Amino acid sequence: MNLHTEKVVKLTMVTVGSWLVAALVFFPIFWMILTSFKTELNAFSSPPSLFFWPTLENYQVVFERSDYFRYAWNSVVISFVSSIMAMVIGLPAAYAMAFYPTARTQGVMLWMLSTKMLPPVGVLVPIYLLSRDTGLLDTRTGLVIIYTLINLPIVIWMIYTYFKDVPKDILEACRMDGASLWQEIRHVLVPITMGGLSSTFLLSLILSWNEAFWSLNLTASSAAPLTALIASYSSPEGLFWAKLSAASTLAVAPILVFGWISQKQLVRGLTFGAVK
Amino acid sequence: MNYSKKSWLRLTALAAGVACTSAALAETITIGTVNNGDMIRMQGLASEFEAANPGISLDWVILEENVLRQRLTTDIAANSGQFDVMTIGMYETPIWGANGWLEPMDNLPASYDEADLFPSVKAGLSTDGQLYALPFYGESSMTYYRKDLFEQAGLSMPAEPTWDQVREFAVALHDPANEQYGICLRGKAGWGENMALVTTMANAFGGRWFDQEWNAQLESPEWKNAVNFYVDLLGNYGPPGASSNGFNENLALFNTGKCGMWVDATVAGSFVTDDSQSQVSDQVGFAAAPSQVTEKGSGWLWAWALAIPVSSDAKEAAQKFVTWATSKEYSALVAERHGIAAIPPGTRVSTYENQAYLDAAEFAGMTLTQMRKANPDDSTLEPSPYTGVQFVAIPGFSGFATAVGQQVSGALAGSSTVDRALANANTVVNREMRRAGYQN
Amino acid sequence: MSQLSRNARAARFLVAPSVLLLLAWMTVPLAMTLYYSTVNFNLTIPGPRNFVGFENYIFFFTDPSFFAGMSNTIVLVGATLLITVVLGTLIAVLIDNPFPGRSLVRILLISPFFIMPTVNALVWKNLLMNPVSGFFAFLSKSVGMTPIDWFTDVPMLSIIIIVSWQWLPFAILILMTAMQSLDQEQLEAARIEGAGLVAVFIHVTLPHLARPLAVVVMIETIFLLSIFAEIFTTTGGGPGTQTTTLAYLIYSQALLQYDVGMASAGGIVAVVLANIVAFFLIRVVGKSLAGE
Repeated sequence: MNLHTEKVVKLTMVTVGSWLVAALVFFPIFWMILTSFKTELNAFSSPPSLFFWPTLENYQVVFERSDYFRYAWNSVVISFVSSIMAMVIGLPAAYAMAFYPTARTQGVMLWMLSTKMLPPVGVLVPIYLLSRDTGLLDTRTGLVIIYTLINLPIVIWMIYTYFKDVPKDILEACRMDGASLWQEIRHVLVPITMGGLSSTFLLSLILSWNEAFWSLNLTASSAAPLTALIASYSSPEGLFWAKLSAASTLAVAPILVFGWISQKQLVRGLTFGAVK
Repeated sequence: MNYSKKSWLRLTALAAGVACTSAALAETITIGTVNNGDMIRMQGLASEFEAANPGISLDWVILEENVLRQRLTTDIAANSGQFDVMTIGMYETPIWGANGWLEPMDNLPASYDEADLFPSVKAGLSTDGQLYALPFYGESSMTYYRKDLFEQAGLSMPAEPTWDQVREFAVALHDPANEQYGICLRGKAGWGENMALVTTMANAFGGRWFDQEWNAQLESPEWKNAVNFYVDLLGNYGPPGASSNGFNENLALFNTGKCGMWVDATVAGSFVTDDSQSQVSDQVGFAAAPSQVTEKGSGWLWAWALAIPVSSDAKEAAQKFVTWATSKEYSALVAERHGIAAIPPGTRVSTYENQAYLDAAEFAGMTLTQMRKANPDDSTLEPSPYTGVQFVAIPGFSGFATAVGQQVSGALAGSSTVDRALANANTVVNREMRRAGYQN
Repeated sequence: MSQLSRNARAARFLVAPSVLLLLAWMTVPLAMTLYYSTVNFNLTIPGPRNFVGFENYIFFFTDPSFFAGMSNTIVLVGATLLITVVLGTLIAVLIDNPFPGRSLVRILLISPFFIMPTVNALVWKNLLMNPVSGFFAFLSKSVGMTPIDWFTDVPMLSIIIIVSWQWLPFAILILMTAMQSLDQEQLEAARIEGAGLVAVFIHVTLPHLARPLAVVVMIETIFLLSIFAEIFTTTGGGPGTQTTTLAYLIYSQALLQYDVGMASAGGIVAVVLANIVAFFLIRVVGKSLAGE
């Protein structure tokens, strides 16, 4: 009996605690979404209004004024393609470094990470001039290439970490069975590290989606992603909080929904106990 | 039917001619613009232009001011040709015009009536007498005040107040317990944010950015008086968090009834008198921007204008567009669709000779007065080597003036004394000027 | 036997593409930046680009805000790391065991990372932290306290809060996924032996999380060192130089002055400094990374 009540108490505490923390962390986003349904005057009122007549006028304005679907499509294409490419190029590299480390592996890993240490601001003009000369300004291709290269070090690092977690015995077991490299990767490694691979892909997706430096400086109108949409609603003259909230909600919605769906993958974790 | 060879040839030639012309006219022009209300309206009305010019289609890139400026500057300096029409201000136009980066605006049609443009605005957008951008809307600064609060307190605002008088009013109206603040002013750091206002204050107190040898004058007694005054006024009789308040924040404060007075851009006039945005729309009075020892440079001058970079590949089409968007016909179109008070202000004299406009827009009279007074070539008490009222039209200004703005907002926030802030600011400015080769 | 060595050789080929790509990606911009840092190149001042040697670097180092930039960067990165790592670990442990609504809680916890940094900053600055009409002001006034003037009185703390909120989900995501692979048997064994919650945490959970924590620290450091969007949107580096970081300094050179020479010099300086930081960081957490 005692053990049972202890468990129930623990469960309640964990549940309440988790919900509280989640609510606190999510609150600013909730407030932003709420504001997107207020009129501009309401959005800035003090005290802030919790109950009000909701209006869709802000969303209307965003759809009328900006070509939302073009921006959204650009964001989707650029983020997904660059993330897929980063995974495709990064996975083999992470594999090699995790399972066949050489003396230089550590050095290579660190060097890869150091490519990210140059602040983008410092290298803006050289890259801009390079893009101009190769005709990649304002193209989705240009952004895809840059994002793949930007995210590659992170992707490799993270996959490397998850690969390192796989117990050696499993791989040895399948190698003893004569499996080729490809079979080893496809049938054993990937399913086991699926959780980690999914979160890596999701991470790369988010980083590309929210990347607001290159996407603003290297595009004009054709390849502009959702970050440009946001930039057209921040700080004009006059009141704009409600409209900005609406635009932000629209910009975040696709990726939030996608993240929600991919939760299942994250959950489908490892079952180490079962393997033994 | 037997068509002669000749008529076949004529027919083919005609068909080819038509195909060629329409192909030649099917151009896309990319327009980079700010996300201010008047520009958004322009975008909304652009379908009229496209209908009248079937061969031209418009592509819009709308960004907030700072991002747009970076984007356009990078584009034009690197000659990338991504933009055909650029929305730039009085700061960039003379510099870029002098660099030969902009198409000169000659050969304007007679119906455009170049003589109708405000002389000061035209001068601000020209170099060596050559106009490089067509003004879209212009502004100066003025004092907004709450007629009801003034009446309650038994105060009366003169048409041309001094800063000392403004301070007296602020002291009388300041009631923080009831969320009523004597005066709201810009405090957010930025060359176009707090420094626009502070520069006009410094001008009014008799100061200038540089002497004739391009030495920074930020530690002069005039600047010290002005900035001390500003820090005292806004710090003690202004809203909390003033050092992060820019135009928008102050507009929101004024519109929700929290400011007794507000000195800022004349374009705010249309926002504060708009009932859909303002809770005090019928209580707003207008007065000149305050002077002190002089009136020179006390009200600023700014215009957003449309220019065509030389790197554009669709110059003719772009020219058609910019002429349309800044013409009298466009103003009439706006009046028709959005009401006469929505006409882009501050560019044409004829707008202000239109009685209907003056009646519909209460702020128009004061706007006109202020714009007439502003003179970018003569904005300081002592002679100065630069043009610009609230800015200095040299390339490095946007950088070091923002640094100065940071120092001033730091003094306002109380994290440093005014003297130390100005000393730091002066050092920074002199450093940059030396590097840019202005000082020998 | 031969399968093993065949695999090993194949593996080396596998690494090649990434290495080559990154080599090109890093060398070209780095070389260009190095070149520009020795030249007087200002975008808005047309004219000959002359070689000026170290002048740009000297100018960058003698910038009065340079030391403030360095110290602010260290404070920002250090504080954010501390907050996100500590809270991230605690939260990951908290939600590790199933409870009703766990999936929803997980998605809520990760959401801040989905928001664009600029939007994030604007929401915090205007809707929450505004001392007149922000939500926090409302809360303070309802309990009778004067609202905190966030960006005037505690600008650095405000930025740290905003950035930590944005990066906490990242730490939670990595650690939460890593917790999945924690051997349940080990945990059970420890509990059966009578170890209390804290002891289990210290002796079983933490060592397991060592490597992911190291990754979180490394990756966050890299990103945090070049943060400037949030600062740009809220305080503009001020008041004074209280929130000017190295990245913001470079930004003000590159995109306010358009002085490409200075910005490039600043970029090289930032790379050198970041490498130094990484070197020390590896010393501290490196064992967890390479180990096993």
